[in-house]
Amino acid sequence: MDRIELVFGSLDMLILRTLRWGATHGHGIAKSIERMSEDTLKVEHGSLYPALQRLQQEGWITAEWGVSKNNQRAKYYRLTALGRRQLVSETSRWERFVRAVTCVLRPAESEESQ
Amino acid sequence: MSWRRHLAKLVALFRRPKTVDELQEEILVHLQMEEQENLESGMSPAEARYAALRRFGNVALAEDRSREMWGWNGAETLWQDIRFGLRQLKRSPGFTAVAVLTLALGIGANTAIFQLLDAVRLRSLPVSNPSELTVVRLADLPGRRGSQETVYPALNNPLWEYIRDHQSVFSEVLAWSPTNLGITEGDHERLVQGLWVSGDFFKVLGVQPVIGRLFSSADDQPGCGASGVVVSYAFWQSQLAGDPHAIGRTLTIGRHPVPIVGVTHAGFTGPEIGHSFDVAVPICSQSAYWRDGNWLNSSTDWWLTVMGRLKTGDSLSMANAGLKSLSSAAFEASLRQDYPTENIRDYLHFELAADSAPGGVSWLRDTYENPLWMLLGLAGVVLLIACANLANLMLARGSARVQELALRLSLGASQRRLIWQLLWESFPLILLGGASGLLLAGALGNALVALLSRQGDSLFVNLHPDWRVLGFTALLAALTTLLFGLVPAFRATSLAPSEAMNAGSPRIGGMHESNGLRRMLVVTQVALSLVLVTGAVLFAQSLANLRTVDTGFREDSIVIAWLDLSQLRLPVARRLIARKETLDLVRYVPGVAAASEVGIVPLSGGSIDNRVWAEGEDRQSGSDSNFNWIGEGYFKTLGTPFLAGRDFSEQDSPNSPKVAIVNEEFARRLGKGVNPVGWRIRREATPHEPETVFEIVGMVKNSKYRDLREKFAPIVYLCVSQDQNPNPIEQVVIQSSLPLPILTSRIKQAVVGKRLDIDVEFRVFKTQIQESLLPERLMAVLSGFFGILAALLTAVGLYGVISFLVARRTHEIGIRMALGAGKRQVLSSVLRETLMLTVLGIGTGLPITFIVARLIASMLFGIKPSDPVALLFAAFALCGVSLAAAYIPARRAAKVDPMVALRYE
Repeated sequence: MDRIELVFGSLDMLILRTLRWGATHGHGIAKSIERMSEDTLKVEHGSLYPALQRLQQEGWITAEWGVSKNNQRAKYYRLTALGRRQLVSETSRWERFVRAVTCVLRPAESEESQ
Repeated sequence: MSWRRHLAKLVALFRRPKTVDELQEEILVHLQMEEQENLESGMSPAEARYAALRRFGNVALAEDRSREMWGWNGAETLWQDIRFGLRQLKRSPGFTAVAVLTLALGIGANTAIFQLLDAVRLRSLPVSNPSELTVVRLADLPGRRGSQETVYPALNNPLWEYIRDHQSVFSEVLAWSPTNLGITEGDHERLVQGLWVSGDFFKVLGVQPVIGRLFSSADDQPGCGASGVVVSYAFWQSQLAGDPHAIGRTLTIGRHPVPIVGVTHAGFTGPEIGHSFDVAVPICSQSAYWRDGNWLNSSTDWWLTVMGRLKTGDSLSMANAGLKSLSSAAFEASLRQDYPTENIRDYLHFELAADSAPGGVSWLRDTYENPLWMLLGLAGVVLLIACANLANLMLARGSARVQELALRLSLGASQRRLIWQLLWESFPLILLGGASGLLLAGALGNALVALLSRQGDSLFVNLHPDWRVLGFTALLAALTTLLFGLVPAFRATSLAPSEAMNAGSPRIGGMHESNGLRRMLVVTQVALSLVLVTGAVLFAQSLANLRTVDTGFREDSIVIAWLDLSQLRLPVARRLIARKETLDLVRYVPGVAAASEVGIVPLSGGSIDNRVWAEGEDRQSGSDSNFNWIGEGYFKTLGTPFLAGRDFSEQDSPNSPKVAIVNEEFARRLGKGVNPVGWRIRREATPHEPETVFEIVGMVKNSKYRDLREKFAPIVYLCVSQDQNPNPIEQVVIQSSLPLPILTSRIKQAVVGKRLDIDVEFRVFKTQIQESLLPERLMAVLSGFFGILAALLTAVGLYGVISFLVARRTHEIGIRMALGAGKRQVLSSVLRETLMLTVLGIGTGLPITFIVARLIASMLFGIKPSDPVALLFAAFALCGVSLAAAYIPARRAAKVDPMVALRYE
C-alpha cells in the first residue's frame, strides 16, 4: 500500500494527539502515529525531532529524561495544559478543513448528507 | 513565530551545548529502539540496523533541523557571510589594500570636513541650555560713531550697564570682550588670550569651577582694581602644571600682581568658537590695567558683546519687542560727552535687537561656513567616484563567482538571500575602510585647522568627534556599501542560471551586459572627475589671480613692527616726539632701507571711513572715503609712486595747516580735474576731532585698502605728526632685505637697548597678505587635492576595465593578429576604445560641470565659471590620465602571441 506524505503542519497535531495518552519518547511517538494511521501515514522518524523542538518552545509539551521498558535512558515528552488546549483548537480547525475539502471534492454527496 | 518560542530560544542561548548533546543521545536511543524492534521481528543484525536508519531518514539533517529550531537562522548565516567576506579579504590582499585605501580616503575626506563644520556650525556652546542664548546688537548702524573694537556685535559700557541694571526682557544677561593681556614671568612678558567678563558671566553660562570660585557680581563693581583673575582649565594645566594649590598664587598681568581666584572646568573654552581663552578678568578692572584711559565711561567705544538668556517659554520676537521698548531710556541714559554732537539725535533713536546664538559667536564660522559646505559637496563627489571604483572591482571579482552563484540559484537559493550574502560579505571591507577613514579624518582635520591659523593668532577648534560625526561616518559607510555592493550583487544574481553556468568560458556571452555596466561606471567616473578637476583649476586660477593682482604697493621685504610705548606713561603732548625718536632709532638700524609710521596697515582688515567733501561745497555733495594716518616716507617704503605734489615733511607739524595726500580714485571722485593738488577738502567730525579742513598736497597711485578683491577705493592719507590724539602704540612699516631674524634682533637691540619699557612685536607683511587669502587658499588646496584624487581613482578604474577587456578579447586579438593585424593596430584599437570612453564621460560631465561652476561663481576672482580654458585643460588632463592608465593593458594586448591565444582554453 502507498504511504501518504504528511500535510504540512499536521505533524504537530498528530504528536500532540499521541501524547494525550501519556508521556512517551520519540520512538514511541513515531510508532504510535504509524499504528494509529494503520500504517498509511509515512512519517520519516527524523522529521519528528525538529517538530518536537518547536512544540517545546511553544510550551505545548515538556521533556524529561526517564528510563524505558528496556532499561534504556530516553527522553520522555509530556503534554502541557497549554498543549491540551492547542490540540482541541487544532483538531477543530482540522475538521473544518477536511469538511471543506470534502465539499469541494464530492459536492453532491456532502450536500445530501447535510 | 510566537513570543514564547523567542523566549525559549533566548533561554537556550545560554545552554545550547547541552541541548545539542542531548539531541544526539536522543536520536541514538531512537535508532537503538528501532533496531531492537527489527531484531525482535526476525531481521538479521545488519538488516535491522539498516532498516532503522532507512526508517529514520537523514540523521544529520534531522539533527541540523532540530538545532536550527533553537537558533535565529538569520543571525547565524549572517555571521557566516561576514566570515566568508573576511576570508576573501585575506586571500586577496592587493584588492583589500586598494579597496580599503579608496574607502579610507573617500570617507576620511568627507568626515574631516564634516568634523570641522560640526565644530564651528552644528555644535552648541558647551554651556547650560545654549538654545536660550541670544546676542544683543544695534538694530541698524547708520549714525553710529566711534570705534568698533571687536568683530562681533558690540555695545558700549554705559549701555551695557543700563541694560544689566534695568532690563526685564531676559532671565539673565552677560557681557564680554576679547583682549590680549601681557603676563610677566621673570624678565619675560608674553601675550595671552584674555577676556573682559561681566560679574555674572560664568554664572549665566552655567560654568562651574574645578577649583576655587568664579566671579560674581560683587567682583565687577566700579573701582574694583586688579583684584582677581579666573584662568581656563587649559591654562591651569599648561602654565600652572595643574597645581591643586593654584588658588591664591598670583599672575603678573600688566605689571600688577593679581591673585588667581578660580579655574573653569575643562569643557568650557570661552564664548567664541574658533578661539579659546587663557585668563578672564572683570570688566571693571580695565581702569586698573589700562592707566592711559579706558573704555568704561565712553559711548563711542563699541567693545562689549552682550548676551541674554531667554526666559523659559519666551520667544525671540518677545525678547525683541521688550528690547525695543527698553531702547529709548537705555540710549538716553548711556549717552556720554564724547559722542559727536551732530549724531546725538541718531544715538537717541537707536534701537536694540537680539539674535539667537546657541553656538555663541564665531568669526571663524562666518568666514568658513560656506566654503566648508561647498567642500563637503566636492568631497561627496570624490566618494561617489570611489564607490564607482569599488563597484567595478566587486564586479570583476563577482564575475569569478558567477558560476558558483548560478549553481546556488539553480539549486533553489533565492536571489534575495544571495544579494544579502554579497552585501554582508562587503561588511568587513566597509568596517575597515570606515575605521581607517575616521582615523584619517582626525589627522586631516588637524591639518585643516593648521592651514587656517594665522601668525600671532592661534586657532582653537574642538575636533573631538561627537555623536554627529560618528553618525555621519556610519551613514556614509552604509550608503557606500549599498552603492558599491548592491549593483554587483544584483548583476551577479540576475543572470538566468543556464546562461551564467556557461559564462565561465570567456568567449561566450553572458558577460557582455556586465561589461556594459563596467563601461558605464567608468564613464560616470570620468564625468564626475571632470567636475572636480575643472573646479580645482577654477579655484587655483582664482587664487593665482588674487596673488598677482596689482595691489599698488611692494609686498616683498616689508616687515611691520608694533612698538608699544604705553608703559612710558607719556602725556599726550609728548607722545608724538617719543614716537618720532623711536622711529629714528629704527631708521638708523644697519640694513633698514626705509621706515615710516602707519595707522592702518593695508589689507590688515582695519579701516577708517568718513564723509568728505570739497571745501566751500555742501556736505550733501560729499561721499565716504577711506582714511589712513601715515608718516613721511610711507610711499617710498611701500614703493607707491607719486603722480603729483609732494610727500609729508618735517614742516607738517601740529601747528601748521592741515595737509592730506589722496589717491587717483579720490581725485577722480572729487571731480576737480586731473591734478587735485591745492584743493581743500573738509572731513566730517570724528569722535576725536571736530570737522576739519585739509589741503591736498600730493596725489599717489591707487592701492588696495581693505582687501584684495575690492576695486580701488578712494583713500585720503593724513599726516601722523598732525594727529590731535596720538596713540601710545606706534606701527612702523620697514623695508629691508635682511633675513627676518637678524632684522628683528637688530631692531630690538636698538630700541629696547635705549628704552627698556618699549615692547616690540613683528609681522611679515607678505604673510599677512597671504593670510587674508586663507579662505581662497583653503578652496584651492582642497579642491586641488580632490581633483587629483578623482583623476587617480578614475585612472585605476579605467585600468581595471581595460585590462579586463583585453583579457576577455585575447582570443579575438589572437585571430586578428593571425590574419595580419600589426601590434600597432592592436595597440591603437585599445587606446581608441579608452579614448572613446573618456570622451563619452567628458560629454556627460559637461552639463554637471556647468551647473556646479555656476554654484561656485561667487567664490571666484578674475575668472568666469564657464572659462573655456579651464574646461579644456581639465578635459585634456583627463584624456591624458586615461591614456596613461590604458597604456599598460594596451601594450599587453599588442604582445599577444597568436599561437598561444588560439590554443588558450
